[in-house]
Amino acid sequence: MNKQVWLSVAGLLALAALFLAELSTGSLLISFTTVWSSLWGDRATDDHWVVATIRLPRACIAMAVGAGMAVAGACLQSLTRNSLASPELLGVNQGAAMAIVIAMFAMPGSALWLYNLSAFAGGCLAASFIFALGTAGRRALNPMRFILAGTAISMFIHSLTQGVLVLNERTVDEMRFWLAGSVTGRGMEPLLQTLPVIVSGLICTLLLGKRMNVLQMGDEVAAGLGNNIRASKAMLFFVSALLASACVTLAGPIAFIGLAAPHLVRSFAGSDYRWIVLHSIWFGAVLLLAADIAGKLIRHPGEVPVGIMTILFGAPFFIYAARKKEEPA
Amino acid sequence: MTSASRNLLVYAVLLPLTLLLLLLQIGTGEYAISIGDTFATLFGYGTGEYDFVIRTLRVPRALIGWMAGASLAVSGTLLQGITRNPLASPGVVGLNAGAGLAAVVVIVWLDVSRDWLPAFAFAGALIVAALSYALAWRKGVSTIRMVLIGIGIAFVCDAVISIALLDGNIRKVNQATIWMVGSLYERSWEHFWPLLPWVVVFLPLAWLSARTLDVLGLGDVTSTGLGNRIHRSRTWLLFIAVALAGSTVATVGTIGFVGLMAPHLARRIVGTRHRTLIPIAAMLGGIIVLAADFAGRTLMAPTEIPCGLLTAILGGPYMVYLLLRDPK
Repeated sequence: MNKQVWLSVAGLLALAALFLAELSTGSLLISFTTVWSSLWGDRATDDHWVVATIRLPRACIAMAVGAGMAVAGACLQSLTRNSLASPELLGVNQGAAMAIVIAMFAMPGSALWLYNLSAFAGGCLAASFIFALGTAGRRALNPMRFILAGTAISMFIHSLTQGVLVLNERTVDEMRFWLAGSVTGRGMEPLLQTLPVIVSGLICTLLLGKRMNVLQMGDEVAAGLGNNIRASKAMLFFVSALLASACVTLAGPIAFIGLAAPHLVRSFAGSDYRWIVLHSIWFGAVLLLAADIAGKLIRHPGEVPVGIMTILFGAPFFIYAARKKEEPA
Repeated sequence: MTSASRNLLVYAVLLPLTLLLLLLQIGTGEYAISIGDTFATLFGYGTGEYDFVIRTLRVPRALIGWMAGASLAVSGTLLQGITRNPLASPGVVGLNAGAGLAAVVVIVWLDVSRDWLPAFAFAGALIVAALSYALAWRKGVSTIRMVLIGIGIAFVCDAVISIALLDGNIRKVNQATIWMVGSLYERSWEHFWPLLPWVVVFLPLAWLSARTLDVLGLGDVTSTGLGNRIHRSRTWLLFIAVALAGSTVATVGTIGFVGLMAPHLARRIVGTRHRTLIPIAAMLGGIIVLAADFAGRTLMAPTEIPCGLLTAILGGPYMVYLLLRDPK
């Protein structure tokens, strides 16, 4: 118990530190004192304005998306009892992204909630497809094959999205940046519209913690304990799709936060999902902020989209996790 | 039907199909040319009206497409033979991404002649091959683990490629982007000549190693018992596979899943003997790429869909099918 509280405190402190660092970095490096006074309403110089109007929304989007993706990953990992499961490896991200791309071409300039809704539909569709494949065959796929099937579907959807883009060259450039995964230039407006979805998703997941723990004991034991497993699984499925698709609408298909954050948290917080979910919120936000800061510094004053940075840091982690995992004979 | 006459039948179907696709590739396009004129120009007694279109634009594109497909298919056959894993292929194991990364780095950051691209791509693919083999090694190479690790490595390479593309000057970046998609667009003789030696040397070498591959297929213990030095022959075969995949990627970018599909289809048609499997896989690979390119040019004309995109759209479901068929 004590350990968990300390972990939360550590997570929050790290989050605060990175939040300030995020506000002060960019093509223009701004001192911490300016950042600090700007946060308290000082608008004396241009730098203060930059912090308040450009960087603050960006930092908030990064935190929301990091937390949302991390918790979506935690949901999927408990649902599948597979530590490699995550929204990007099971096609949820790519499904949501494809739905948004199609929606943007079919109904350009619509309200954000419409894109949100199509992303949710696309994410659900892709994920249910993979779950159906994973359980439908003659025998169920083993965990590693399940992940591999998910990646194959993911790549397939990604190619389809590219195909849609090739056929509609009009907005390709604008799309390409978003498809790489980026938290820039969105302003407060989309964040405020999506935030309620993400926050309610996070709260739902926190409430589902106990059910997630029971699921880890296996279907028979969980049923024996009087749990409705189907309902638990269905709830986790929808919550994870909701979180991931909301994040994709905000920042594009950002990969590997959903894999890495819960994985890391589990290694020092133990296996109680009530705590894993809570810590995933801090550490997901921390990871995405760190990736964004790195993306702004790596070729300063230029900038690398945060989605590329998460892949750069996350894929080696994926390799490590895949290497560690036993393959059943 | 004996296996010899069956093989003859297979060739009798595949060869004309290849020729037909080559002809389609040369005769059709934004500028349609009649069959008679196509033949006349090809054999040098045409009116000269079509010389430029056919000889300068379309013939090299068709030949490069075929060579790329064949090399990728044979590379995949070798990889599947070495790992005894039907899921292995140059794309899945990360060779394509490694070669792509090396080539992009050369195009964007170094000032080197085009002729050296295949060599650099080969080096990049070699490093990735060594890395993925080493990382997948844990008391023996597990098949699925190797594939997952290859995918991870491909992710990293792609991320670095994106950064390189953001960083380079715009003219070079455009060049690299067109090349990256996996397309035969604007491929001409200057791309053909650097690729040719690799194909001419390594395709026959692969075929000559057919027996070794058959022996490897028996498993490590039996194979060693038959006097095979498995590590040495595996390394040699891997080297050939990497050379074929690397030089291809350097020329046409990443055309995914051909190395996965072609060998697998070929195995279903002619069985597992590599002596016949390798040439059939090569022909099927050539056919897949030519057909994908033809479809990409005609489906949505005048917009051209890169053939790498089409093979990826075919290949993803194919891989899932392979996983489901054998769900251990």
